[in-house]
Amino acid sequence: MHVFKSIEARPMPGQSASPLAWLRVNLFSSTSNSVMTLLLLALGIWTLVSSMDWALVHAVFGANLQACNEARGVGACWGVITEKGRLIVMGRYPEAEHWRPIIATAIMLGVVVISCMPRFWNKALPLVWALMLVVYFILMKGGWMGLTAVDTDQWGGFPLTVMLTVISMTLAFPLAIFVALGRRSNMPAIKALCTLYVELIRGVPLITVLFMASFMLPLFMPEGVKIDVLVRVVVGITLFSAAYMAEVIRGGLQALPKGQTEAAATLGLTYWQTQRMIVLPQALATVVPSIMNTFIGLFKDTSLVTIVSLYELTGALGLALNSDADWRPFKIEAYLFITFIYFAFCFAMSRYSLWIEERTAVSKVR
Amino acid sequence: MSHFSMTEARPSPDKKNRTISWRSREGRSIIYQIVAILSAFALIALLVRNTLANMRLRGIQSGYDFLFQPFGFDISETVIEYAHNSSYFVAFAIGMLNTIKVAIIGIALATVVGVLIGIGRFSANFLVQKICYAYVEFFRNVPVYLQLLIWYLVFAEALPDLDGAWNAGHFYLSKNGISFPWPVWQLGQTLALLGAGLGLVFGLYYRRLARTHFDLTGQPRPVLWVALAATLGMSVLGWLAGGAPMEWDLPKVGEFQIEDGGALSPEFMALLFGLVFYTAAFIAEVVRSGIASVSLGQHEAAGSLGLSKRQTMRLVVLPQALRVIIPPLTSQYLNLTKNSSLAVAIGYPELVSIANTTLNQTGRAIEALSIVMLVYLTLSLITSALMNWFNASAAIQER
Repeated sequence: MHVFKSIEARPMPGQSASPLAWLRVNLFSSTSNSVMTLLLLALGIWTLVSSMDWALVHAVFGANLQACNEARGVGACWGVITEKGRLIVMGRYPEAEHWRPIIATAIMLGVVVISCMPRFWNKALPLVWALMLVVYFILMKGGWMGLTAVDTDQWGGFPLTVMLTVISMTLAFPLAIFVALGRRSNMPAIKALCTLYVELIRGVPLITVLFMASFMLPLFMPEGVKIDVLVRVVVGITLFSAAYMAEVIRGGLQALPKGQTEAAATLGLTYWQTQRMIVLPQALATVVPSIMNTFIGLFKDTSLVTIVSLYELTGALGLALNSDADWRPFKIEAYLFITFIYFAFCFAMSRYSLWIEERTAVSKVR
Repeated sequence: MSHFSMTEARPSPDKKNRTISWRSREGRSIIYQIVAILSAFALIALLVRNTLANMRLRGIQSGYDFLFQPFGFDISETVIEYAHNSSYFVAFAIGMLNTIKVAIIGIALATVVGVLIGIGRFSANFLVQKICYAYVEFFRNVPVYLQLLIWYLVFAEALPDLDGAWNAGHFYLSKNGISFPWPVWQLGQTLALLGAGLGLVFGLYYRRLARTHFDLTGQPRPVLWVALAATLGMSVLGWLAGGAPMEWDLPKVGEFQIEDGGALSPEFMALLFGLVFYTAAFIAEVVRSGIASVSLGQHEAAGSLGLSKRQTMRLVVLPQALRVIIPPLTSQYLNLTKNSSLAVAIGYPELVSIANTTLNQTGRAIEALSIVMLVYLTLSLITSALMNWFNASAAIQER
């Protein structure tokens, strides 16, 4: 005869908020958990101690080559950053003029930060952008108002990373909107053209697009027209990121209920009026976090332009160290330095993306 | 007195007297489309015309005939036979196979690491949770290109020279990469492989039987262990049937490099590590959001049915999470394949490296790049097709 026997009741959850109880629940809830905790703690402490040992205790901070060579293998040589940091961050831009990219990049970043705050999303923003771009290029390029001219092939380092990201994104954004609308159009030919563009670009790596831009764009131009490497690369990155962004925006368009366009149609709005006043404002607002992710991806992807010989942050590092046999052995420290820069910016942007996501989620609660 | 007059009713839509005119929506749409297609063609024609003119001007030859000329460079890693006088065609084939090789191994490893880390975000252990979180945030916020360069630096500089190669038994680790013993391929190995295949087929068949049994009686049967035992057992049987070959190709330290045995080059290792660690961070996020998308009620319902935590995960949560996971997972697989092109910077001879050498050698940028794009598009299409098939099998079975 079967007797129904209930299993023992589990202990009551969260009996107290004392630190000891917290430890028991989160770290030592079972034997296997306790073993895992102890193992990870041991590993963590060992890693921390040995990396601190290398990075701080035995490290050389001054630009002292001899001390660095002596510390090799036991301590980090941060002196390589003291010595080459300026070259890594600024690239080949003439040293006497470094204040110009610093100010220009600060202005550019400032405008980007302002654009990220919903309270500034108004009609003045495009004007501010236009103004910023004018000031930026006057400062960077010079040859005007008493500034010495600096050719674009001397631009480099972190300012170039920021510039490539921001400019390509700005150019890609309107293109992406049109392509996204095109992919949702009722006209088969337009839809097919847009789909072809998006799928073709998304099917190939960025590096082939960059190669195309740098090798084939000059061939595409009419006789006698020369285009700058920087312009070629910007065109390549723009076409590349526009395809990805178009898909993001298309997602936003799809999420919009059909009633919105139908309501607009009953009001007698034309197609473009509907898109401009009803559809896009709502669709774009929902995809801001995803656009931000594209932006982060683009920021990281600019590191590839080194391969077509533009020296942004990663490329400038190679430029600074590859030719210098004395400091080259300490490349790993320099790599860690720019890893930190990339991480800081990308992490900040991803936090922003999360924040704005939560904000839109809140605004949808009625 | 004002008469209310209605606007005239629109003609019924099924009337077939469409005339192309600017005043009807259909007419306008046809005109727009014709204009769009014509301008696309005009643009292409203009670009082709300019390109041809420029090529004539600069004396660049065109055509794919170079494919049958000798490549003339050594390729460090080859999957198929390559001789010094092999043609560009063979070189491109090797490049493509190297891309596929790193992509398949990379996808497999990144999936394992990514899924573990993604599930680790839900661990009951606080430390495991936070370590997984830190892993994801760190690896996805640093450019993969930079990560590749760092791994390559580690493999090229931090590892000892040939003389001081670290070795454990017959395994060697040095600047030359990793060398390990590899069985000499004989009949026994072929039969073992065959046996493993048969065992796998049996395992799948047994799974169906077990499922039918479960549906009828409610008694679960251990599927995984039976399938594993069948696969292993059959492969051992095959090996024995082939005369149990025991010969190993052992690596030994030569004058310039470690010779014989199986070997993985530092370039391959750097590329693999870079791609796997980077992509795993994204896969972990995909897995995490998939699991998070399964509502809490499902966990609670499973718990009230008496399923253990592990059973809940395997039988209730994961099958539902899979539907959310597969589409973004597919794009991560595609990203990994595309990112393998960064190997051009560290000298692993995959497709883009070969194309880069080719266009520096022959100057035929358009031809070389067109081959690269064609191969990547084909690979993307195949991957998407496979994943779509997998997705269809994971989808909800509705009426």
